[in-house]
This record gives sequence, structure tokens and C-alpha cells, in this order.
Amino acid sequence: MRQIVQNISDQIGKETFALICFLAFLFLTFSSLTPRFLTAANLSSMAFQLPVLGILTLAMLAPILSGGLNLAIIFTANLSGLTLAWTLLQAGGPDAGIFAFVIGVAAALAVGAAAGLVMGLAVAYTGAHPILVSLAMMIFLRGLGEFLTRGGDISGFPEFVGTIGHGSLFLIPIPMIIFTLVALAWHIMLVSTKHGFSVYMIGSNLNASEYSGIPTKKTLTLIYTFSGVLCGIAGILMVSRFNSVRVGHGEALLLVTVLACFLGGIDPFGGFGKVMPVVIALIILQVLSSGLNLLGANQHLSTAVWGLFLILVMVIRHVVNQLRNYLARRE
Amino acid sequence: MTTDPEWVLSLENVSKNFGGVKALTDVSFRVKPGEVHCLAGENGCGKSTLIKIITGVYTPSPGAKLNILGKEIEHITPALAREMGISVIWQDLALFPHMSVAENISFDEVVGFWPKLVRTETFKPKVEAILKRLNVEMDLDEPIKDLPIAQRQIVAIARALMGNAKLIFMDEPTSSLTQSETNMLMRIVQKLSEDGVAVVFVSHRLAEVLAISSQVTVLRDGYLVGVFPTEGMTQTKLAELMTNLTLVNEVTATPDIDTESILEIENLSRENEFQNVSLNIKKGEIVGLTGLIGAGRTELAHALIGMTKPTSGTIKLGGKEVNFSSIRDAILEGIAYVSEDRLSLGLIQPQSIADNIVTTVLNRILTFMGFVSTKKKETMVNYWIKELAIRIGESSDAVSTLSGGNQQRVVLAKWLATEPQLMILDNPTVGVDVGARAGIFRIVKSLAEQGMGILLISDEVHEVHFNSDRVLVMTNGEINLEHNPLEHSVEQLESIVYA
Repeated sequence: MRQIVQNISDQIGKETFALICFLAFLFLTFSSLTPRFLTAANLSSMAFQLPVLGILTLAMLAPILSGGLNLAIIFTANLSGLTLAWTLLQAGGPDAGIFAFVIGVAAALAVGAAAGLVMGLAVAYTGAHPILVSLAMMIFLRGLGEFLTRGGDISGFPEFVGTIGHGSLFLIPIPMIIFTLVALAWHIMLVSTKHGFSVYMIGSNLNASEYSGIPTKKTLTLIYTFSGVLCGIAGILMVSRFNSVRVGHGEALLLVTVLACFLGGIDPFGGFGKVMPVVIALIILQVLSSGLNLLGANQHLSTAVWGLFLILVMVIRHVVNQLRNYLARRE
Repeated sequence: MTTDPEWVLSLENVSKNFGGVKALTDVSFRVKPGEVHCLAGENGCGKSTLIKIITGVYTPSPGAKLNILGKEIEHITPALAREMGISVIWQDLALFPHMSVAENISFDEVVGFWPKLVRTETFKPKVEAILKRLNVEMDLDEPIKDLPIAQRQIVAIARALMGNAKLIFMDEPTSSLTQSETNMLMRIVQKLSEDGVAVVFVSHRLAEVLAISSQVTVLRDGYLVGVFPTEGMTQTKLAELMTNLTLVNEVTATPDIDTESILEIENLSRENEFQNVSLNIKKGEIVGLTGLIGAGRTELAHALIGMTKPTSGTIKLGGKEVNFSSIRDAILEGIAYVSEDRLSLGLIQPQSIADNIVTTVLNRILTFMGFVSTKKKETMVNYWIKELAIRIGESSDAVSTLSGGNQQRVVLAKWLATEPQLMILDNPTVGVDVGARAGIFRIVKSLAEQGMGILLISDEVHEVHFNSDRVLVMTNGEINLEHNPLEHSVEQLESIVYA
């Protein structure tokens, strides 16, 4: 038995293994506390809620791995959503056809990519700190969005847009399918492409990477451009889930994406971390929030629990490391 | 307590274990008042541990005897050590860059358990007296960050004297000094010695150890090898004592290399860095380039690899004129550059050995789909680890866990993987033990024998003399002399470089 556990843990990494164990623990606890937790309705509602946060978290992931941060993700997503909404409204609002939708999606992705590209170029060529660059971009996008919408909601889309946010394919929610595909693509990009390899190296030491012939400027530019594209996807998903667009929608998610990255074992200083543990961390956060909700807890309380939980994880990591060092020294 | 103790410091039977690792075993160490002593040994031989025991940072294993100025000390603490007049100047000097000279020198006087008001003015006369004693003049109000390293060192020495130091340890004091600065430091040390202050240099630079001290204590693997007078000692003999290896220092130059040129530089200049540099490297030739720090050697290398653009002149590679706009261009044309700064430029320290080896050759380990192939990567990594005999645990370990010598082999591996025709080695043995240096140069020699052109840049005159086919000397951004190791001695080269 011990051997089997050891093997699994070696295969997927200790960190991921610990997260999976914790997730299982949460599942058991919540299902024993409330019979409504382990029901198809609850599981499916979780699967509908998770993807927006999930894709935004992946948009945050690569910048952090490269030693930076993208604070503009939410407003990039908002602006992308706005682009799609505008295209649909131009094509007749509720009567817009599928063709207008496709154009809108392409435009939304292009807007996301453009926002990312500008940030990437600034980070790569001016050497400005990503926090400052993305903060400036965030303020710009927010102001632009509020100016264009006058701070109001935009709604009135054709019905089929809602199916993307609420429909299922073979019993699997469509948003979940999109998220799974994105996560898979992200995993492959980071683990087995030249770009992904460069992201990790740059995250550990930009200058040494440059001296080794890694195209650091191109890589940095791409990191933020790709991040912008993911924001675009998240923005489209938000349009289809909420059937409306408002600039500032999902603002509270910004810090949660950072939290999810660190919970998933991403090194805050860059260079180390994987997609898989981050996805599990996201599921943990979702389970925590849905479970507490079913138990009748206030929604704000569950946000507080997220925060407490992250502090707890930091402490546990510290203790485990101390213990490991102590054992290593005794050997 | 005797009035005139024979030893300012006397240690006996000092041992220290860290977990199961024996850092020091039964070492004794003595220094006479006013003596200039050297503590020599390779990295990890126990030099730092010994100093940390003397200054009370570490507690030695039971049985150790410590005697300062004729007084038996039961238990030493950092505060007591300073009170007894023992002071350490670490390599990084531990000064406060934004504070003034006077504030730095009088720093130990003003810190304490209780907060108090500090008026630097009250210390100034004392600070001035100490600087006068050292025969140096300095602006007391100048912030440390505006001073060159050599001046900072004087500030550190003055700070030690402020606390009435009887014995000053200096950790690798000359590693970043030019020869004239080193000479100035030596004069100050001489002055201290005449005043009865003993100075212990901790160093692994052999030439220096012999030049400045009267006695040398050699440590190896935590054991005392012995205490030797420096008179009559040679560098080679000292290196052998430090490493327990028989080192052959022979000129390895090959006479009259007659192959086609790989690199031809003509009248290359870059403003404020180097002027009218012309040089030629043939296939299979090792060309040494030496000179004082700041002579423009690294700057020349940077222009050769496309990190900077020369203002005038031409670079020809294999007969074809090249004009690189980035280091990637240089790599593609077959130039490899081993940086002198292995810690922050040569390797990506936190990442794995395997990843470091393939950083330069990602295009060679792709599958036909364009993905990184784990199998090709593994094959390449294993090949180079074996080829260069890199001693590692797992190739997934962080490169920072390796010793200096093995790290340098990883650097060589990552550049050899690019199959270069020209390799530029910039101070390739910085932080590499004497014993491991020979191994690095054996690899370099065999590369030259296979036809690679090599530009060997080094501070250490001995290194270029013994390992190059010919040596160029650079002064103030110009190459003004060529030295032939087969015809002239290393002493002649030294006198030219340090003139």
C-alpha cells in the first residue's frame, strides 16, 4: 500500500499529490455534512462556475512563471466581452446571426491579444516592471471601458450565445469543455514547446537566458499576448454566462487568480510551477465555496475562508519544508 | 596574564562537525603580534569555519583551546572577540553604501542595545587620527557608494582599527583590485604590521599569498597541512600542498600553428571601451588575452558576440564579414561565450543541470512537430555529462548544487553542444578550485586539438602563459604586445602586465 502511494506521489509530484489528498478530504467532509453536496445538480453547478475563474487564472499563470504579473486580466476580459457585445448589437442584437457571433469572437480575441501585445512589448523592450506596466494597462482599459459604456450594462444578445455558457455536450457543461481544452493546451505549451521552456528560464534569470541565446524579448512579448488571448476567451465566456457585459464585472476575481496560482505551488518569484496543480487548486477553491454555500454560510464568509485557507497552506508548506530539512540533516 | 604574549592568537585542537560532515579536524592556528599571515586552502577546506570559530559565530567541538593575547578564553562570542581586538573584514566588506566615510568608520561606536542620539561630528577627530595613522587621505563626508572598492577596503580597515583591533582577518581582499590598488593595500598592511597589528589574509590566490605574507597556514579538507614560511615557497608547491595533487605547470603552447584563420578582427573600436584592436585566431589555436581589470577585455568579448555594437572596424569569421545584432546571431555562426560571471550570466542557477545544458540548443532537440523531445534532450544531456565527466547526482538537480569546477563544466557543455568553431573563455577559472582548473584546461586543449579556435581571457597571468599558444596584452583598451610563452618566461609577462 505504502509503495503504491509512493509511486503515485512520485509520478505526479508531491505537491500535486498533497493537493489531491486535500481535495478528497474536502469532498468527504462536505458530502458527509450535507446530502446535497454529492448530487448531479451541485457538481454540474460547480462545473459551470469554475471555468471563468479557471481561464483567468491560467492567464495569470505564465506571467507569474516568467517573474512578472498581469494585473490587467479582468479588464482585458471585460473589454473583449464588450467587443463581442458591440459586434452583436451592430448585427441586430437578439436577431444577430451566427456569422456576426463568429466575427465578434474573433474581434474579442484580437482585442485581448492587442492589450497583451502592448504590455508584452513594454515589458520586453523598456524593461519596465510588469506590475507597473499591467497596472497602467488595467487603468487604461477600465477608463476606456467605462467611457464607452458610461458605466452601464450592455445586454440583448441572441439566444444561442447563452447556450455556450449554459449548455452541455454529452452531459459535460460546455464552459468546462472549453476550460479543459485551454488547460491542456497551456500544459503542453509550458512543458513541451520552446516558448514554454524559455518562460521558465526567463523566470529564473532573464540576463543569463539572454546570454544563452534565448530570445527573451520575443518570449516576454508572447507571454503577455497569449495571456491577453486567454482573457479574451474568459471575456467571451462571461458574456455567454451572464448574458450581459459590464466593465468591472469580475473585478474581485483578480486577486483570487493570484491566490489560486500560489495555492497551486507556483513560485512567486518565477521559474517554477505547473498547470496541473493549479487546476486542482482551482477545484479546491470551488469546492470550498460551493460546500460552504450549501451549508448555508454567507457568500462573503466563504471569501474569508479562501483567505484563511491560503495562509494555512503557507504555514503547512513551511512546516513540511522544515521537517524535511530536519530529516535530511539527521540522515 | 603576561604583559607581552608570544601569540596574539593561539588555537589548539579545534574540530567542528556539521551533522555528519567534518568541517575541521584537530586544527591549530597561531599568529604572532604584528605578523602578516596567510590562511590558504581551496574552497570548502574549512577556512571560513575556522574564522567563524575564532570570532564566536560557531562553537567548536569540546576540547578546543582558544587563547587570545595570552588569555585563555572558555567561551567566545562575537562581542567578546571584538572587545579582545579581533576583527574580520569579509569579502563584501559589510559597509553601508549610503552612509558617509566617517559614519561607516565609527559605526561600531554608535550601535548598542539602547537607542542614542548620534552626532558624527564627535567622532570625526578620532576617525581622522586613524586615517592619518594609515597615511591615507579621504573625504569623511563622502558616501561609501561613490568610492572605488580599494578605498572602501581602507574604510573597512579603519573601522576595525576604531575598535582597537590587534588582529585583522581579511577575506579574499584583493580579488577585485588592480595591481596598483593591491600595492597600496600592501603598504597599509605593512604599516599595520609595524604598529604591531597582526593581519591574516584568507586567500586562494597563490601569487598573492606568497608576495604579502611571511607565514602561510595551509588547510585541506578540514585538516591542517602545516605552517610554512613563504620564503623559498613556490606557487606550484603551495598549490600541491593545498590540493594534494602533483601539478605540472608546463607551457602547453604549440609552435607555428599554420592553419586557416577562424577569426580576423581589424581595427575594431568602441567608444570608451577599446580602440583599434586587431587580432587573428587560427583553427586549433589558443590565444590568451590578459591585462588589468578594466583594460577592456570583457568589453571586446561582448562586441564579438553581438551584445554590443562596435563603432568602427571589421570582424571576419571564417573569412566572411559578420555583423551580429544579437548573441543568437553569434551562436548560429558558431561563436560560444563562456562568461566570467557564472553566477548571474553563465548559468541559470536555480534550474536543473539538464535544462541548463540545452538552453543554447533548443532547436536541436525538437520533434518533427516542433515540440521539445524529452528523449532527444535526455540523450544530449547524458552525452555531455559523460563526455566532460561532470560529477552530478541527478541531471534534474539544480545547477547551483554543483561545485564551481563542475558548474564550469556544465557551462562548457552547454556551449560545446552548439558545436562552435570559436570559443571565447572569459576568466574561466573564477571560483574554480586549483585542482579542478587543470581539468578545465585539459578540456580546452583537446578542443583546440580538434580544430576549435579559442580566445582565453584571464586576469591570471600564469593561466594564459601556461595554457595559450600566444598571449596578447591589453592596456587601456588597446592591444599593445604579443608574448610568446615558448620564448619568454612567465615573469617577463608579469612585469609587462603589471608595469
